[in-house]
Amino acid sequence: MEKLLDFNKEQMNVVFVGHVDHGKSTVIGRLLADTNSLPKGKLEGIRARCAAQGVPFEYALLIDALKDEQAQSITIDSARVFFQSAQRNYIIIDAPGHIEFIKNMVTGASHAEAAILVIDAAEGVQENSRRHGYMLWMLGIKKIVVLINKMDLVGYDQSVFERIREEYGAYLSGIGVQPMVYIPVSGRDGAGVAAHNGEMRWYDGPTLLQALDSFEKSRALTDQPVRMPVQDVYKFSDMGDNRRIVAGTLSSGTLQPGDAVVFYPSAKRTVLKTLEGFNTAAQSQVSAGQAVGFTMAEQIYVRRGQIACKVDEMPPAVSTRLRVSLFWLGRQPLTPEKTLILKLGTAREKAHIETIHKVIDASDYSAADGNNTANLKIEHHDVAEVTLRLAHPIAFDTSDKLPDTSRFVLVDEYEIRGGGIVLEALSDEVSELRDEVNLRNQKWIRSNVTMEQRYEKYNQKSALVVITGPKGIGRKRLASLLERQLFEDGKLCYYLGIGSVLYGVNADLKRRGAINNWREHVRRFGELAHLFLDAGQILIVTAVEFTKSDLAILQTVIDEENIKTVWLGELVTTDLPVDLVFDHSESDEEMAIRIKRLLQDSGVIFRP
Amino acid sequence: MNQLSELESISVHILREAYANFKSLGMLWSMGKDSTVLLWLARKAFFGHVPFPLIHVDTHFKIPEMIEYRDRLVREMKLSMVVGANYEALEAKRTFPDGAVDRLTCCGLLKTEALKQTLNGKGRRMRYNHESDRYEEEENPQPFSGVIVGARADEEGSRSKERYFSARDNQNEWNIADQPPEFWNQYKTDFAPGTNVRIHPLLDWTELNIWEYIEREQIPTVSLYYNQGDGKRYRSLGCYPCTFPVESEARNVAEIIAELKVGKFANIAERAGRAQDKEDGGGLESLRKEGYM
Repeated sequence: MEKLLDFNKEQMNVVFVGHVDHGKSTVIGRLLADTNSLPKGKLEGIRARCAAQGVPFEYALLIDALKDEQAQSITIDSARVFFQSAQRNYIIIDAPGHIEFIKNMVTGASHAEAAILVIDAAEGVQENSRRHGYMLWMLGIKKIVVLINKMDLVGYDQSVFERIREEYGAYLSGIGVQPMVYIPVSGRDGAGVAAHNGEMRWYDGPTLLQALDSFEKSRALTDQPVRMPVQDVYKFSDMGDNRRIVAGTLSSGTLQPGDAVVFYPSAKRTVLKTLEGFNTAAQSQVSAGQAVGFTMAEQIYVRRGQIACKVDEMPPAVSTRLRVSLFWLGRQPLTPEKTLILKLGTAREKAHIETIHKVIDASDYSAADGNNTANLKIEHHDVAEVTLRLAHPIAFDTSDKLPDTSRFVLVDEYEIRGGGIVLEALSDEVSELRDEVNLRNQKWIRSNVTMEQRYEKYNQKSALVVITGPKGIGRKRLASLLERQLFEDGKLCYYLGIGSVLYGVNADLKRRGAINNWREHVRRFGELAHLFLDAGQILIVTAVEFTKSDLAILQTVIDEENIKTVWLGELVTTDLPVDLVFDHSESDEEMAIRIKRLLQDSGVIFRP
Repeated sequence: MNQLSELESISVHILREAYANFKSLGMLWSMGKDSTVLLWLARKAFFGHVPFPLIHVDTHFKIPEMIEYRDRLVREMKLSMVVGANYEALEAKRTFPDGAVDRLTCCGLLKTEALKQTLNGKGRRMRYNHESDRYEEEENPQPFSGVIVGARADEEGSRSKERYFSARDNQNEWNIADQPPEFWNQYKTDFAPGTNVRIHPLLDWTELNIWEYIEREQIPTVSLYYNQGDGKRYRSLGCYPCTFPVESEARNVAEIIAELKVGKFANIAERAGRAQDKEDGGGLESLRKEGYM
């Protein structure tokens, strides 16, 4: 390398994609060689090895570092190559073009800011040219160069270049993608890569190198609303440390001490007290892209999976129903029967497909939709639009608002087998209630006595124990016994029959026919329970055959973590997820002991 | 944010993801510059703490300064330190320095096999006891399901294809052709029983980034990296029979950085001083498939 390198230059990740054998690796090899970016001796070494083996030298060999790969002469995984231009430092990611390795292409491309899509001038637009174009759109990559490669094979003919540009341009604009530039090149001859070789005087646009250098690096989203998916809340007590630190990476916005912050989906609020770090000067502000940690003025319950936001900025959506665009990499078709795990930010939630709206054929990207959506199936490498249903609500954004918190992956049997972007937040059964509860939390006049202080004083955490099951099985007897035992242990507790509420707070609902107003009945009961829990109590409640949707109401009104469900009777006759099930084999005393153990295990009460 | 801070943030994010997802987590520490930067990044991620054990696979042919340096930092930083080795091979003298096997086989026995036995909890393992100030044999060594490793993509070909979270099966083998996809800060954190995961927070760092970060953070490093007056220094640390110092005048971190940027090493691979890489064209790749770091 003759030129002195400036190591303080900015860095950009660029991915090369395209159909198999369209010459990506050759173009990259040529780019490295022509810009003197190769380690000393590398080029000569490979030339020598080729000569020894009696095979022709190829520029592609420069980056095909693995034995497996050389044997097959195709890139199987995204390899990274470091490279410098006068403008900046690049990390080049060579994504595989073979259809079988699309997951590796996605892996490589998702780390890139710009993409070079390579099309063979002789072969023209192929299946993966289209597929990769679509993937780039879904991955959110906007800086795209289309290279028409192997121009030497078509005699550097301008009309070939123009024809492919037209055909591919029409396809791309159909999916809303606008490449920055189309460049005719020959990786083998070096034409149009780092310099023009005089063969294409009809082309007066930039070389690949010039096009790369003309890209402006996107700036971090500091002027957007704050999003910080919570990775963890740390309390490392060794070495006398008593800080409780909320940790995560800020994907957008800026934060500073004194900011009012709110965590979704719980909508709990507090004030950012201090920014924490190690071996660093005191920070007055942190911004998008930084891995951060902060303490809170008030010790509200925060956990991994929530998103920290700033009060008064645009809030994220919260729901269990999301309309999404996704790609599927699993070999088995993706069907509504499949239970998946959705990961978005740091949230992780069980999910399944509620409706398939549209499946786009992987090979030609024609859409199948219309009237016959019932029979739609999402096959290996397909792209589809679906509604996803989650087991519990999560916080997220839509892709038109913020990139990071609108992207998700789908895990199927331990493997990431799909990914996509959220197009729309759909309402679910408790959407309205959720909004009301958020407003209630906002308007709530907070006690001067904090929850932590109550816990410490009472030596317990607040909890709601729902004892349910069929009629006449002894729920009330068990609830009374549990209340008595907790009371004798010195706990603050209260037993309330959900029926009792019907004659007091909910007398008006009873007048109007309780069955028709069941949801409202449960909601009001939940609000009552919220008061008890806010006061630090353990509330025991009995109800006949509680269902999942009843529980969903309670979970919206009070913190899910504080609710325990106990089913009396061998068979759980509803869809309620339960923490404990009792058949008739145990006495009331034994059951009470097991409920107390459940409370101990979840940290509500402490072992004596 | 400058590039070092950007790299730091990504690595910290990955370390926190690893800690949140793996109950039985450990971090390999060879006392070399890369894994020492990793140790430092862990303290960044966890605000001065290192909430998991550090693991050193001791070949017993390490340069003595490395072991002294290890134990000094363990005491100073109150680290949880676990040391494993292939005691059978050492006792049977099946090593290259003993003249019994070639270099690559020696690496396979003292590093790959020792690592396997250390991670799966089946081999003898020592743990530093801060009260008695001694290494004591662990009574019931438990397997590690996640292990954090300081591999960098720029080191050599095969490492450039690693994932941040890379699954190994119960044979500890790495199936390069069929790796899981990894995109948008979402990593493979679900795994079948019997598999374990290697986590690579330094994948995007270069050798120069490492030294610049050591300079910025004033990270204590082992003295072998610097010319002590004899015009030689180690660029990469390993076992003394197979690792050789390079000719260099660099006496401190700043001089090493200058040397890497514009000096004699600007274009020469870091592992040039490692003899085992040269025994076969794809030596390190074969080792890695079997579980070498």
